[in-house]
Amino acid sequence: MRYLPLTGDERRQMLATIGAKSVDDLFRDVPEAARLKDAVDLPPMSGEMEVDRALSAMAAKNLPATAAPSFLGAGAYRHFVPAAVDHLIQRGEFLTAYTPYQPEISQGTLQYLFEFQTQVALITGCEVANASMYDGATACAEAVMMAGRITKRNKAVMSGALHPHYRAVAATYARFLGMTLTTPQPDWTKSEDLAGLIDAETACVVVQNPDFFGRLADRKALADACHAVGALLIVVVTEVVSLGAIRSPGAMDADIVAAEGQSLGNALNFGGPTVGLMATRQKFVRQLPGRLVGQTTDVDGRRGFVLTLSTREQHIRRDKATSNICTNSGLCALAFTIHLTMLGEEGFTRMAAVNHANAVKLAERLAGLPGIKVVNDSFFNEFTVRLPKPAAGVVETLAGKGLFAGVPVSRLLPETPGAETLLLVAVTETNTDDDMDRLIDGLKEATR
Amino acid sequence: MSAPAVTITGHRGLQHEEPLIFERDSPGMTGVDLPEPAPVNDRLGGLGRQGRIGLPGLSEPEVVRHYLRLSQKNYAIDAGMYPLGSCTMKHNPRLNEKMARLPGFAGVHPLQPVSTVQGALELIGATGHWLSVLTGMPAVAMSPAAGAHGELTGLMIIRAALEDRGDARKRVLVPESAHGTNPASAAACGYVVESIPANERGRVDLGALKAALGPDVAAFMLTNPNTCGLFESDIIEIAQAVHAAGAFFYCDGANFNAIVGRVRPADLGIDCMHINLHKTFSTPHGGGGPGSGPVVLSAALAPYAPVPYVVSDKNGFRLVESVEESDAKPFGRIKGFHGQVGMFVRALAYMMSLGSDGLRQVAEDAVLNANYLLASLKDTLSVPFEGPCMHEALFDDRFLKDTGVSTLDFAKAMIDEGFHPMTMYFPLVVHGALLMEPTETESKATLDTFIAMVRGLAERAKGGDADYFHGAPRLTPRRRLDETAAARNPILRWSPPAN
Amino acid sequence: MATIKYTKEHEWVRVEGDIGTVGITDHAQQQLGDLVFIELPAIGKKVAQGDEAAVIESVKAASEVYAPIGGEVVEVNAALGDDPAKVNADAMGGGWFFKIRIANPKELDALLDEASYQDLVGESH
Repeated sequence: MRYLPLTGDERRQMLATIGAKSVDDLFRDVPEAARLKDAVDLPPMSGEMEVDRALSAMAAKNLPATAAPSFLGAGAYRHFVPAAVDHLIQRGEFLTAYTPYQPEISQGTLQYLFEFQTQVALITGCEVANASMYDGATACAEAVMMAGRITKRNKAVMSGALHPHYRAVAATYARFLGMTLTTPQPDWTKSEDLAGLIDAETACVVVQNPDFFGRLADRKALADACHAVGALLIVVVTEVVSLGAIRSPGAMDADIVAAEGQSLGNALNFGGPTVGLMATRQKFVRQLPGRLVGQTTDVDGRRGFVLTLSTREQHIRRDKATSNICTNSGLCALAFTIHLTMLGEEGFTRMAAVNHANAVKLAERLAGLPGIKVVNDSFFNEFTVRLPKPAAGVVETLAGKGLFAGVPVSRLLPETPGAETLLLVAVTETNTDDDMDRLIDGLKEATR
Repeated sequence: MSAPAVTITGHRGLQHEEPLIFERDSPGMTGVDLPEPAPVNDRLGGLGRQGRIGLPGLSEPEVVRHYLRLSQKNYAIDAGMYPLGSCTMKHNPRLNEKMARLPGFAGVHPLQPVSTVQGALELIGATGHWLSVLTGMPAVAMSPAAGAHGELTGLMIIRAALEDRGDARKRVLVPESAHGTNPASAAACGYVVESIPANERGRVDLGALKAALGPDVAAFMLTNPNTCGLFESDIIEIAQAVHAAGAFFYCDGANFNAIVGRVRPADLGIDCMHINLHKTFSTPHGGGGPGSGPVVLSAALAPYAPVPYVVSDKNGFRLVESVEESDAKPFGRIKGFHGQVGMFVRALAYMMSLGSDGLRQVAEDAVLNANYLLASLKDTLSVPFEGPCMHEALFDDRFLKDTGVSTLDFAKAMIDEGFHPMTMYFPLVVHGALLMEPTETESKATLDTFIAMVRGLAERAKGGDADYFHGAPRLTPRRRLDETAAARNPILRWSPPAN
Repeated sequence: MATIKYTKEHEWVRVEGDIGTVGITDHAQQQLGDLVFIELPAIGKKVAQGDEAAVIESVKAASEVYAPIGGEVVEVNAALGDDPAKVNADAMGGGWFFKIRIANPKELDALLDEASYQDLVGESH
């Protein structure tokens, strides 16, 4: 077997050194009844070529969004990733390293995480960021728990226009820790009065910007309303490219930012793995979950980096840790930081501008179609349209013709009256004029 | 030994001193050429960004060189043996990476119509099937993002099942040798954690466990093989005691590599176990993630598994994505979308490559390698518990008594010898622990070099050369770093130098 | 003259009138190593004997400081916030944590005197 270097002779020599008669002898602490006599009922070993063939056949049963005109978004976005990103993250020294617990031989990982933390702090407009979370939805849930610890309160107000998966994950975490969440019914027709739901027991208010329907809003007044009663404002961002064009959550006085970083450097991967971002104020850093890299010096006085403030974490604090999180999303964070480094200020803001301009072009064209209404006044690269018939059917029909028209809102809000005819349409730098023509033609035909 | 050359640049041959990207800023430069945005009237609702973000500008060659130089400052399993106990640092086959990058997997959006993702759903189903057969457990929750996330999910499932039978329980029992995630996960699930001591054989003290069990205990969490590298030989009796008390038996599957293909957790009486795909099933550690932590479940717990999950019928595969559309009793959702699907591809490619016979051989070779280390080093180092061990060999620091060398110093000297140190100071039940997990992908030649190196260092320590150890490592890109200063005055980001 | 009493958990309390000054022992700071962070109780907080009153952290460990005696916290050593190293330098003096107005002086009887504490520390070596 190609992954197993021991030869039969070596196995025998090693058993002799150990003083065991057979390998079975080494398993003697396993209760007799639980020792499998034979191999389990699964196929035997396969060569690389056979596995490649079988999995390629499975992959060929999918029509990937990258191989068709696609306007899919709702928390996962197709962007163009430069070739250097994937080349660099496959360096064995990055790909096959463990968590950087031995800083002397992990400066590569530690330095890129320090740079990553700085980049995340800069784009979110916050003072500090951690070394990443599993994804945006779990980062959001951890942010709510963090607000609970800081304020020592156990109520949270969640916007109805927060991504339904984020809301569901936060609700799960909250339920088991005895926090109460209040969420107004999702309403795409008007803005919510969240300030009116805050009281003296509120730990935090959670809003998304751009929100699930793609709308933008200034959250400064809401931040003020939170701070007036000692609550925190959490801003969720599911499309980080927006931060190249719109005012940052930090500039709106958000206390914690939880974001999904998939858009930069990372493939769609059917939704995972991706990379969660989390940023906050310096004064809250001891309540921040997850890994943190800090700058220091070595015994020769040279600058270096280490994992720091580890006493917040599970391996030291055990049941008193800030979170049970044990890993970050290292390799996805690396892809994120390389892509953002390649873009730089100029590239990142231009990428955002191209996304927005493409979205505006498409929105204007869609608004001109009979029976179709663009719901949003404002948006970045994603907006909601109302179709004359249920969106799920339209999307299915067009998918059959090799076109991904968008995400039917009803897929994520199945129980919400009035959502059946809503379609979320995302447009990125990857969408060509030809893609837009095909969408316009497709919608005309499918909604006739 | 002649003094190391002092160079003009600070670089040392292949080792480059590399500044931060922020110190390489060439304002206005970019490594990505994008089209001019079309002229439109913006729809940002007056929320356009004002002022610079502060990101540095670099060209593509500068970026490539930066990260390549950083990579050269890392140790990795591709470069050498990484005997971190309880981390299972085995070879990561590149076929797995290639398969995960097939556009038919990597390019699939999570919210495409299910008619266009039948292959992706088949992949989730097939990965789950392999895990289910290997563990003997009828169901598996695929969406947890990592091992600790799987633990949390498993405990949530247990709590949901208990609440459904109107049996709110308050406590979770965890051995004192457990991974820190166990008590942290139990606390995150709203439980009070109680520690169970180990006996003199390095196993759970069955008497203490029985005494602690009672009608308010929700679960007992056990790692098996345990964190001392030993199989819990009383496990059948433990399972019976836990079940007799009406509690569930949770297994931390971090050490599944020792028994895969040879022992099925279901046959040990386990109700629920997470599997770290990045350990047993060789998905890369990536410098700390992404992981993936599917949870296998008994029939009694299966209905409470979170959404989403894949079901199949004559029309093909479909996803149950919300609690409302489920006909079971899912407790909710614990992650956005459908789980770490990109990691499932890698794990499935690995499992298919090894097959049922190869996976059994994995466990045998992992255990053989660890016992070979134990047998070859037990006279040089000191051993707290009698063998045989399973996939990892545990030593304590008695061999360093009165040498002035600590376990940490000893580990730092191993770095200069070209090896990554073993896990240190864990498990907590052993003083100055050194926990070595060679895995099955190390050759005998590598193990022999490692053994000779450890013996040589032990002799050096016992010979009184403490200064050598206190000054180690000397040959690394950085020497020992001041972690106290880092924690007292945390600098967590770069800031522009003050003018 | 002030009396100093000790706990088995390595706290000390120096009693002057109805005020007890609390810190951790020199032995404790040696075991913990360089302290990097100290979380002190709020002034006005009421604690019972044995309650968690403060948290101390070194690079690799975190532990609780328990109130050796019940009462109300009346003063804290705010200087420790900026400079936790004071505890390493002078645990029994300048590295004190907080002062407490003692609710029930009888509770002092349960604590160790200097000699018994030294015996305890000696044994654990």
